Amino acid sequence: MSRLLILPFAGPLLTAALLFAAPRRHTAHRVAGLAVTAAVLALAVALLVLTRDGTVLAERIGGWHPLVAIGFAADAFSALMVTVCALVVLACLATTAAPGDDHDPLFVPLVLVLSAGAYGAFLTADLFNLFVLVEVMLVPSYVLVALGGGTRLGAARVYVAMNLLASTILLAGVGLVYGVTGSVRLGDLAAAARTSPTVGVAAGVVLLALAVKSAVVPWHDWLPRTYPEAPPVVLALFSGLLTKVGLYALIRVYAVVYDGDPAYHWVIGTAAMLSMVVGVLGALGEATMRRVLTFHMVSQIGYVLLGLALFTAASLAAAVFYLVQYILVKTALFLCAAAVHTGHRTDRLDRLGGLATLHPMLALAFAGAALSLAGLPPFSGFVAKFLLIRAVGDAGQWVAVTVAVGVSLLTLASMLKIWGAAFWGEPSGSDGAVPARVVLPALTLTIVSLLLGPVAQPLLGLADTAAAGLLDPDAYLRAVNGR
Amino acid sequence: MTAAVAVGVLVAAAVHLLLQRGQLRVILGFVLLGHAVNVLLLSAGGLDRRTPAFDGAGEDTADPLPQAFALTAIVISFGITLYLLGLLRADVPAGDGGEEETADGRSAAEGGEGGDER
Repeated sequence: MSRLLILPFAGPLLTAALLFAAPRRHTAHRVAGLAVTAAVLALAVALLVLTRDGTVLAERIGGWHPLVAIGFAADAFSALMVTVCALVVLACLATTAAPGDDHDPLFVPLVLVLSAGAYGAFLTADLFNLFVLVEVMLVPSYVLVALGGGTRLGAARVYVAMNLLASTILLAGVGLVYGVTGSVRLGDLAAAARTSPTVGVAAGVVLLALAVKSAVVPWHDWLPRTYPEAPPVVLALFSGLLTKVGLYALIRVYAVVYDGDPAYHWVIGTAAMLSMVVGVLGALGEATMRRVLTFHMVSQIGYVLLGLALFTAASLAAAVFYLVQYILVKTALFLCAAAVHTGHRTDRLDRLGGLATLHPMLALAFAGAALSLAGLPPFSGFVAKFLLIRAVGDAGQWVAVTVAVGVSLLTLASMLKIWGAAFWGEPSGSDGAVPARVVLPALTLTIVSLLLGPVAQPLLGLADTAAAGLLDPDAYLRAVNGR
Repeated sequence: MTAAVAVGVLVAAAVHLLLQRGQLRVILGFVLLGHAVNVLLLSAGGLDRRTPAFDGAGEDTADPLPQAFALTAIVISFGITLYLLGLLRADVPAGDGGEEETADGRSAAEGGEGGDER
């Protein structure tokens, strides 16, 4: 089974190569994109079943010696992330397949290359390969963000420049880690930064670059400037994949290389709380659906980091649970915004109104996802926030508890603002049609999120396994080192 | 020491260029920054920590791993530089970005696929 670990990366990449060769076959593009992503989803679910008891699968490509081989490894955390990201890619491809936004011959292949890079980044066990796979993911995103040209080019330039800078810093960090330890394999770097401050500084450069990529305050400014300019469905895809890869890598590197060193908890905790507050306050002042939602990404990233900052079994499990459900909820919200944009050619709150009467299904999808994001029961967001706040309370961090609850209330205020301006009231402006097929993927994700509330137990079990693997990475290291 | 000075000079020049107005200077800044990191990668090598890659290689053989890193990094930064230059050109004559995009996509895809050959 571990042989199959390479497939989530190689499958979409090879398919994309074939699709680049046949640029004008739209139907083939759609079918191939959906099929290969569905296959990855099935494979990821299989990985999830295999790793749910704490087993770690590892594969060395070409069977080389562990020291030089390209290593892939999957534990419950990796498998969860691949599964949920495959679901996001599937939903985004299904949404574009409906209104025909994917007529650009590059769209589907680029999305596949991007997703291949993301799956690879979740499965790699090597810092340098992490850099390469993040690049495989980012290069298509540079093109996708500018698709359509026009005003998007300005945002694309900021986006490319910021990410290129972060990538260069990441590469420099990897070089420094190699310089001081002689290896970039996670298997060799176990707790290296905890025992040696020099490695701590070198790996700190890696963490810094990953923090920029995950848009943690104070490096968040590029995100709300660039994301809302991207094509609406592309934005949904980015929100589900790009910053989350940074976040996953941040958690993995901190857990393995730093062994959760308590000396850095206050740094991560401060960044987490700043992200929560700055993100939610920024969102209050914005005037379009996508801008409000983009600022909330910064805020939600803070919640996940807060779980990492405490580094207890309960807080890590809460962070993993939070991350998984949040990816689904956020993508659902952005797909709703994309559907509104499809029907009305705008998502400015002052030009919309009465969408609840015009598109009841869309309103339902948005309301469910918005309430989940704010953390209201019975949605998955409530379970996630409850777990996180309980873990933070157990650790006696009452300031963090206050911030987390307060930010939740402000999130609800933002969601009510969108609801009140766009969905409530009399229909105003154009009464554009939103085909049911565009709404369906968003609604599906909302329903999954709703189910994860009352039926949270399976995901809770997986999150616990993932947290145990992060807290004590022994099994992961043994698998990666081939022993 | 030479490597440290080279990295320092390259980074200083790159930061200077990155802070300028004008897209082309920023792109050149990124090129220089990429070079600085490549020199850093090469100087991170050292055989005192590992055995030579091949039997019969002498004591003064270079560490092959950082060279592979630098090679991969060069391929990636080359692809992205081309794309940045494409973005720069797409801006000049307003309205004919379509063909530009196709060419950019190709180069970007090659950058991505070149990256995973290591």
